[in-house]
Amino acid sequence: MAVDAGPGATVGGHLARPSGAGGQLRRLARSPWRIVVGAVALVLAAMLVHLFVTSSSLQWGVVGSYLTSSEILLGLWRTLYLTALAMVIGVVGGTVLALMRLSTSLVLRTTASAYLWLFRGTPLLVQILFWFNIASFVPRLSLGVPFGPSFVSAGTNSLVTTLVAAILALGLNEAAYMAEIVRAGILSVDRGQTEAAQSLGMTRRLAFRRIVVPQAMRVIIPPTGNQTIGMLKGTALVSVISLPELLYSVQLIYAKNFETIPLLVVASLWYLIVTSVLSVGQHFLERKFGRGRTGGSFNQPNRVWTRGLGRRVEPYLGDAL
Amino acid sequence: MSGAPSGVAARPPILVVEDLRKCFGPNEVLSGVSFEVDAGQVLCLIGPSGSGKSTLLRCVNFLEEPTAGRIFVDGEQIGRREENGRSVELRATELARQRSAIGMVFQSFNLFPHLTALENVMEAPVHVKREPRAEVEERARRLLDRVGLADRADYYPMQLSGGQQQRVAIARALAMRPKLMLFDEPTSALDPEIVGEVLEVMRLLAGDGMTMVVVTHEMAFAREVGDRVIFMDGGVIVESGEPARVLRDPQHERTRQFLARFS
Repeated sequence: MAVDAGPGATVGGHLARPSGAGGQLRRLARSPWRIVVGAVALVLAAMLVHLFVTSSSLQWGVVGSYLTSSEILLGLWRTLYLTALAMVIGVVGGTVLALMRLSTSLVLRTTASAYLWLFRGTPLLVQILFWFNIASFVPRLSLGVPFGPSFVSAGTNSLVTTLVAAILALGLNEAAYMAEIVRAGILSVDRGQTEAAQSLGMTRRLAFRRIVVPQAMRVIIPPTGNQTIGMLKGTALVSVISLPELLYSVQLIYAKNFETIPLLVVASLWYLIVTSVLSVGQHFLERKFGRGRTGGSFNQPNRVWTRGLGRRVEPYLGDAL
Repeated sequence: MSGAPSGVAARPPILVVEDLRKCFGPNEVLSGVSFEVDAGQVLCLIGPSGSGKSTLLRCVNFLEEPTAGRIFVDGEQIGRREENGRSVELRATELARQRSAIGMVFQSFNLFPHLTALENVMEAPVHVKREPRAEVEERARRLLDRVGLADRADYYPMQLSGGQQQRVAIARALAMRPKLMLFDEPTSALDPEIVGEVLEVMRLLAGDGMTMVVVTHEMAFAREVGDRVIFMDGGVIVESGEPARVLRDPQHERTRQFLARFS
């Protein structure tokens, strides 16, 4: 950079200044392929916009009239609370599973691993159908002594409605994925942190809460944001059990009026709006939990922030569980 | 014991280590180590790496659980207690209380990266001892001032140099008003030109009468500040005594070989 005899070296009188408009022009001039690639991308984008604006099957008037119709808004509302409830189950369940996997108890560790194996090893769509049809597998649910008398009992179908089946399927599946995210977050915190906390007189539990969790959050938050966005879109799967969330609400309408494309655009626009809002929220959460760090590096010797994934598992809640 | 200030009424030693043994699997790292440290004394542990000196230090506050042997701090046995003639493990909360009176400074600082320097120092007094926040903050600021970092109170660890981080770590340990301070190679992770500022703080601390056990490779520090030096090798104490004598005129061949590398 220091010695630059190339074109534009004296642009604006700044010698050897790589940034700025002059620098960009210079870089473009050096690599004509950038211009070609950029031009191709621009043409493709223009074609796409042209398609959306002029397509005869995509009638913007229809899109506009349905975008805020009550059926669509009700479907959107169902999508939102399905996402929220399933994520609550996923985060709470995932945290419990992660702590089980980090526990000293072999029974807890094995149980959690078996859960993960089952719920990550089968398609979510199958799990949704399974929960929807749970009544034919377990006709009655009862509370009582195992293999003994029961105190309360009810027909499975009256308890596990379509909505409950959807929430259970999405939430329990999510818990399996969140478990790995939470576990990776906890393991990312250097063992020296717990030792330092203990040497100051903290119990394992207090050290976990005050020192480990705040640092683990930094690793846990970004993928959890991604999971939430994934969940929002994943709720569309429960349309297969006729739960009128956003997608199924749209399907119900276009089944009658055959305005398939405009209505799919309506659904897509809402998904895009909500995911955009969620992304902004995620950005602020990441900033909050990134306290004490700029960028991703960790300025202590002998430390790599993400080290520890393959390290000996420290039983964090050995006493607590 | 030599080094205890004369004219002070005889007090029981602050730290007593009795026949300490530690095995990691089949490896015996400590093979029966015994020594005492009086109030206000500075004991320096020296020896080649792998000689067990860090493990010894970590056993004192039970970060490593000894395989056998007993440790007493200010007359109280650490980690275990005798019950009907049997030795039983202490409850986690009891052990935590004992640890709160033993300060420890680590080679890799281990400051809490999500807290500022001031918050690092305040964390344990506020959340372990539940002391009033305002009072703790005043004390924490005084301690930071004493280690020369009053103007860095609101910096996060990663915004500080290694030497500054280690000085914050010392202040953090002191905030718990420990009876005993353990230093586990406190300057080994630092650039040579920064080592001095940390040693200076430790020298001040020794001057104030703090009881200290220091694992170190800084022979000059051991000679000037230490009241006693213990040379360890292969999990046993090879030689111990006044720094001037042990460092200048070692009695054992093994000590001589080790010290030859530093001159």
